[in-house]
Amino acid sequence: MGLDMQKFLSKVTFWKVVAAIILTAGIYSTYVRCTQGLGGSTHLSDKFPWGLWIGFDVLCGVGLAAGGFALCATVHIFNVRKFEPILRPTILTAFLGYLLVIVGLLYDLGRPFQIWHAIIMWNPHSVMFEVAWCVMLYTTVLALEFAPIVLEKLNLTRGLKILKKLSIPIVIAGVLLSTLHQSSLGSLYLIAPYKLYALWYSPYLPLFFFVSSLAVGCAMVIFESSLSSRAFRKSLEMDLLMQIGKIAVVVLGVYLTMRFMDVYNRRILSLLFVPRTETYLYWAEMIVGVIAPLILLTFPAVRRSRSGLFLGAVMIILGFVMDRLNVTITGLQASAATRYAPSWMELSITLAIVTAGFIAFSLAAKHLPVFEHETAVQEDLQLKPATEAWIQDLTLVSEHDQL
Amino acid sequence: MGDAKIMIPQKAMLIDITLCVGCNACQDACKEKNHLAGGKETRLSATAYTALEEHGDVFVRRLCQHCEEPACVSVCPVGAFTKTALGPVLYDESKCIGCRYCMQACPFQVPRYEWSSTKPRVQKCRLCADRLAEGRQTACAEACPTGATKFGNRDDLIREAHARINAEPDKYVHKIYGEEEAGGTSILYITSVPFEKLGFNTQLDKTPMPSLTWNALEKIPSIVSVGSVFLAGVWWITNRREEVARAEGRMPRKGGSSENH
Repeated sequence: MGLDMQKFLSKVTFWKVVAAIILTAGIYSTYVRCTQGLGGSTHLSDKFPWGLWIGFDVLCGVGLAAGGFALCATVHIFNVRKFEPILRPTILTAFLGYLLVIVGLLYDLGRPFQIWHAIIMWNPHSVMFEVAWCVMLYTTVLALEFAPIVLEKLNLTRGLKILKKLSIPIVIAGVLLSTLHQSSLGSLYLIAPYKLYALWYSPYLPLFFFVSSLAVGCAMVIFESSLSSRAFRKSLEMDLLMQIGKIAVVVLGVYLTMRFMDVYNRRILSLLFVPRTETYLYWAEMIVGVIAPLILLTFPAVRRSRSGLFLGAVMIILGFVMDRLNVTITGLQASAATRYAPSWMELSITLAIVTAGFIAFSLAAKHLPVFEHETAVQEDLQLKPATEAWIQDLTLVSEHDQL
Repeated sequence: MGDAKIMIPQKAMLIDITLCVGCNACQDACKEKNHLAGGKETRLSATAYTALEEHGDVFVRRLCQHCEEPACVSVCPVGAFTKTALGPVLYDESKCIGCRYCMQACPFQVPRYEWSSTKPRVQKCRLCADRLAEGRQTACAEACPTGATKFGNRDDLIREAHARINAEPDKYVHKIYGEEEAGGTSILYITSVPFEKLGFNTQLDKTPMPSLTWNALEKIPSIVSVGSVFLAGVWWITNRREEVARAEGRMPRKGGSSENH
């Protein structure tokens, strides 16, 4: 066994193997999707035309990238400059998030080769049209917000100057576009009052989607910062994250009040206690995603602890994912009179897309000035060594790859 | 569209469920006319634009309702659906991107999909638009031996349906399904067995489906205009403070940092 082989094997970690398996399965599933259509690769049907790829890849993908517009507005519009150090990685997360949404759409659309039709064929009465345009425009905005990072690396100062002049209009456009389509993903379901289970159907769906995207935006900033600080040996800006944790509490409080008042005003309080799957999943979503993190993060001691913040963030993210999946899948099962569960190929594509996102993030972090405000610091690790190693592996960085 | 409705009489079909004997001539004629794969089907599918559903010993013929204000027309992002002047709601596959929002939106669960195709189309009844343009009736109405399916002008058929109900008030349920549902449809039903027992969605009220999303969409210009003025204003205020602070020497001069603008 030569030295090269030994060096290669030392870089092979458990998570890298997992990633390789996921990507391979994803390639196979892609082949089936392309040759046998949606019927051959998914469990979608006439009664259940939207499934995991819409529920998770599109709806959660868009939501999980929400930290981008919120933080951008905070720094550039509301001029809260202290959050600037964590702005770049947040924009990277958002940009990757939207790219992955578009990739997910290319899988889910029946005729993805005609995806560009929305550019020239317009139906302004359609929420889907608005979503398509907002996603296109906002991805462009994110690319423009991300471009300075690339231009810096390539030392293209002319381009940098031009972008800087445009930065405020770009940020304003980004905030407006985000607000519009975070909410319009909820508006999509306004057309289905007889199909979506009453615990989720509300004329205020767009508002709920928007507010919950703000909450998960906070959570994603904490989540991504925590993982990145472990993986890339960067300092963790605890004071910033603590403040974001506090903001999350307020947003969750507002959201909880809105959801409760909605249930009360629509006179369906009794539905909260009917023993059926929808009820249990509703409570799970509200407890795990809203009530528990709300209570947890209220305590300053929790916000001061890295694990506490991280746990709170994970709960909010889980609750958010549950909410989107409840609206798109759980809430529609009863009226569709059919049981939908994603096929293994649907799952493998989704996992592959997420894995590709992690890989792209760590590649960008390694080769581009994303964390420029950080200095490599030896930290007192408050997480257990095993957890830290897990996080390092998850972001595919090993001891040998350190900058 | 309002003027067109008055000028050109809208075509429609009246389905009298009490007259249907389940012979399936309608589906056979439809499949032949549209060159669909043969064989009897009891559910709508990509190869069955109409089908007879059995509810006990009652046959209920289902097909696209060709709504007055169709959900599919309003939700399609690329406008692949159109409500034509004569009544049929038509689908243009060349525009379709396959998002399947029409399937999600239709309150009657009508559009079906060619799931196993690599160039899938949405499939549903076309109300024989080409025959209508020639002044003929639909293939199914022509084939129906008992007159359970009757073709005609929408106003005339509604009058006739009311007449039939009034002539035998104990036989019929006093309602024409499709007269007002979701803003009114071109396929009208009368029955003696209550509609709820035959799988009809009886929760539908008069509200046209498109208005549900239009309520949200019509607010967008306001959100964009008010929002941009608000955000620009906040920026002006918060950044002005910083400029003043710098000028007064309270803050370090600008320059050096690459993020400031």
